[in-house]
Order: sequence, then structure tokens, then C-alpha cells
Amino acid sequence: MRELPRVVITGVGLASPNGDSLPEYRKNLLEGRSGVVPYSIRHVGDTFAGVCKFDPLRYQTRKEARRGTRAGGISIWCANEALKDSGIDLASRDRSRVGVYIGITEHGNVETETQIHEVAQYNFDLSFWSHHHNPRTVANNPAGEVTLSLGIPGPAYCLGGACAAGNLGLIHGMQMLQLGIVDLALGGGVSESIHTFGIFASFRAQGALARHEDASKASRPFDRDRNGIVVSVGGCLYTLERLDDALARGAKIYGEVRGYFVNSDASDFVLPNSKGQQACIRGALAHAGLAPDEIDIVNTHATSTKQGDEVECEAIRSVFAGAHTRVNNTKSYIGHTMGAAGALELAGNIPSFDDGLVHPTINVDNLDPACALDGLVLNEPVRPERRIDRILNMSFGMLGINSAVIVERYRS
Amino acid sequence: MTRDEIVIAIKDIIATIAPDEEVSNLAMDVRLRDQIELDSMDFLDIVMELRKRYGVQVPEEDYMQLSTLQGCVDYLGPKLESKSLVLTALKG
Repeated sequence: MRELPRVVITGVGLASPNGDSLPEYRKNLLEGRSGVVPYSIRHVGDTFAGVCKFDPLRYQTRKEARRGTRAGGISIWCANEALKDSGIDLASRDRSRVGVYIGITEHGNVETETQIHEVAQYNFDLSFWSHHHNPRTVANNPAGEVTLSLGIPGPAYCLGGACAAGNLGLIHGMQMLQLGIVDLALGGGVSESIHTFGIFASFRAQGALARHEDASKASRPFDRDRNGIVVSVGGCLYTLERLDDALARGAKIYGEVRGYFVNSDASDFVLPNSKGQQACIRGALAHAGLAPDEIDIVNTHATSTKQGDEVECEAIRSVFAGAHTRVNNTKSYIGHTMGAAGALELAGNIPSFDDGLVHPTINVDNLDPACALDGLVLNEPVRPERRIDRILNMSFGMLGINSAVIVERYRS
Repeated sequence: MTRDEIVIAIKDIIATIAPDEEVSNLAMDVRLRDQIELDSMDFLDIVMELRKRYGVQVPEEDYMQLSTLQGCVDYLGPKLESKSLVLTALKG
């Protein structure tokens, strides 16, 4: 196989429940600050959610925000912030060589529920059904809104990958750069899921929606008393470039995407499968040409469900036994940002290359013995003796999709 | 609703669907599209708001009647005569 170009991350744009920029987000991860709050949604009532506070009008007119979707608005925010962070001015670029690749868990539920709610007020007279329904619900909506907002005539679409999707956007962006299809990729994932009651209701019906008296402690992966997921909204897009291009323009380099893997459990609609997850981790390590001990941080997918966390811990234990690897979890702060999760949680760890710290998993009052992994970083940040050079992010989703991405400190 | 109120009703609808536009100075006899940014989806929004707020159905063949504020007043006058003004964007 021919040598593929190296691909690096040169910009990060994000909207997280505990921060709308990487420095703010990182600070809150190191200080143990949760972004989960009490939340109420029609038909479900009082629950919890991770809610973002960014100002959509920084990059959209009020009409654009009104016409588009929340996922579109988050994508536009993240794309603009990532470009700004990267120092890239699209005006000086061939925009047809820019690709937009956005992972989504689902898209269209919010708008469809809203329209059904609307026509229900009019005895289901469909003359009250909005003409905006189709452009808001098509699966490429978030990426398409970015192209409209930034005037990008290049390839732009979404990748549906359940909760593994955030990594897919990044992986696909890397592939398109390596194939020479684009010269700049905006890749990552977004989610608007807190605006659909169906997501909450379905998790609740499954017995997998978090309950706790304190919102900030509701998401608590690896804790013995964890009882389910906190649904969250968010997004994260990276500017990805081929290394040569990034060096030629003197770009700041956050890290190199060293390897990745995506596979399927092929075993159940909803239940995770440790063997599939192990195969995914080993696949990513093989793709990167690395041994387990060469990974410094494993950022887990764990969503705070009883079974999911245990199964993932089993997979990590089987691959990383005896390694120096530290293990953490970002959902304990922000809940489950669904389609954004992989990209957003990875972003929260990338500053480790500079500050030398591993952010902890918070809210673990009583560690579940089944989740007592070697290297698990609990409640307080840790500064490992060994320099942090590589981070592996894992994200898994329904129908058994698994994804893993390895990002490495940039070395010339 | 009086004819003056119908003008306010239309301006309120436009202010709702095109919130970045200034509606107070809209001329009566100039096409709305020539005064502010309105596309066909916005126009369908105007028709939808008339339906929701006032129960007025505007058939497609009559859409051209709504191209100016004066046209709106003339066409909607009889239909809105017995309706009360609903304000969303311009209230207060």
C-alpha cells in the first residue's frame, strides 16, 4: 500500500455543556465542573440534560437561526470557531476543496416531533404542516447549513453512526484528505438530541435514563450506583489538514491523527459487546502500528449505564492489562452528547499534550468493583510520570457500531 | 380589524419570519421582496402565519395579491374584518 499523507488537527471549534471554547472546556474538566442541569421537556417532564450556552447569533442572523435546525446552528458555531482557531481565512482558499463531514446520532426527530405537536393543535390538518420540514430533516442538514453559512461549494454531508458518529466525521475527513479529494476538512460531530422528547422517553423505557437528586452528579460512569444516561447537546468540529499543508502555512498543530478503526458487533440492537469493542481497539492500535502500552490516555465511551460501563471495562482490561495507560471519562461532566460525543470528548483530552494532566472521571463516590480498572483516574486530575504522547478515544453506538481514534503529539 | 390594523398584522408577521428586517418603514405600493429580503419559503411562512393566527386560507392562485402591503390590505380586508389583531414580534 502506498504511503498515505499524515493528517493533523490544526483547529478546534466546540460547543459543550461546560464550555464553548477549548480553553474554557478544559479548565472546567480540570476543575471538576459539571455542565449537567435540571431540564424539562414536553411529555417527559423533569429530567436532566447537558445544555450549551453559546450565542448562535455570533455567526447566524436571526432568520438563519429560525429557518435552520439546532444541529445546523451548532455546526455553524463549531465550524466558524474551528476556522478561527486554525487561523485559516476561507476567503484566500479554493472553497471547493473544503469538505464538511459531520457525524450524527440521529437527525430530524426534533423537527418531526415539533410538527406533529403543531398539527395536533389543529386536529391534524396537514395544511398546518411546515414547508420547512423536509429541508430541516434531511440527513445532510447540519453539514448543508455550514455550506450555506460559509459559502463552501465542496463536498459536505453527515455520517450517521449512532453515538460512535463523532469519531466518524473526523475519520472521514482524514480519509478525504489522504485521498486528495479535499485540502481542508471540517470533521467531527454534533447533536441536538435534548430537543426531542423521544430520545429521553426511549432511554427511560429502556431503564437507562439517569436519576439523581443532584443534576451535577447524575452522570456518573463507573460508580456503583450509576443508573443511566444524561442526554446532552453539543458539537465539535476540527480543521484537519495534511501535515505538509499545515507546515507550509505555519499552522499551530494540536496533534496528528495517528490511527483509527470502525467495526460492528453484529450481535444486538442495543446491547454492547466487549469482543466487538476489543476488536475495535486492537484494530485502531494495529492501524496506528502501536502497542497498548504506547497509549497514554484511553478516553472511554462509558455512558453511566450498568451494563455498558462494565462491558467496556472488560474490553479495556483485556487490551491494556499491564500497560501504563490512564483511563478517564468525559461524560461524567457533560453527559452524553450523542453524535458529538467522540469528537467532543477527544477534544477535552487533547490539551493533555501541553498541560501534562489527565482529566479525571468525576462523580465516582463508590467505585464499582467491575469497573476498577488499573489506571482509572478518579475525581482529581493526575500528572503521569511518563509524558502524554497518545490519546485513544472510544465511541460506541446502537446496532453495535464501534469507533476508535488515536491522536498523537505532533513530532516532525 | 381595521385596514390600519391589517397593515400592523402583516408587518408583525413579517417581523416574526424575517426578524433581522426593519418593517416600520415599509412602503405600501412597492413589492415586499424589493424592500426586504424575502424568498419563496418566507412567503409560504406568511401564508402559514395567516392560517394559524387568523384561520385565513390563501389559495396558491391568490399569492400574487399579497406581493405589496397595499395588496395585502385589499385582499385580506374582507377576510380579516371580523378578526382581532394578534401581535407576536411587535408587541410592546
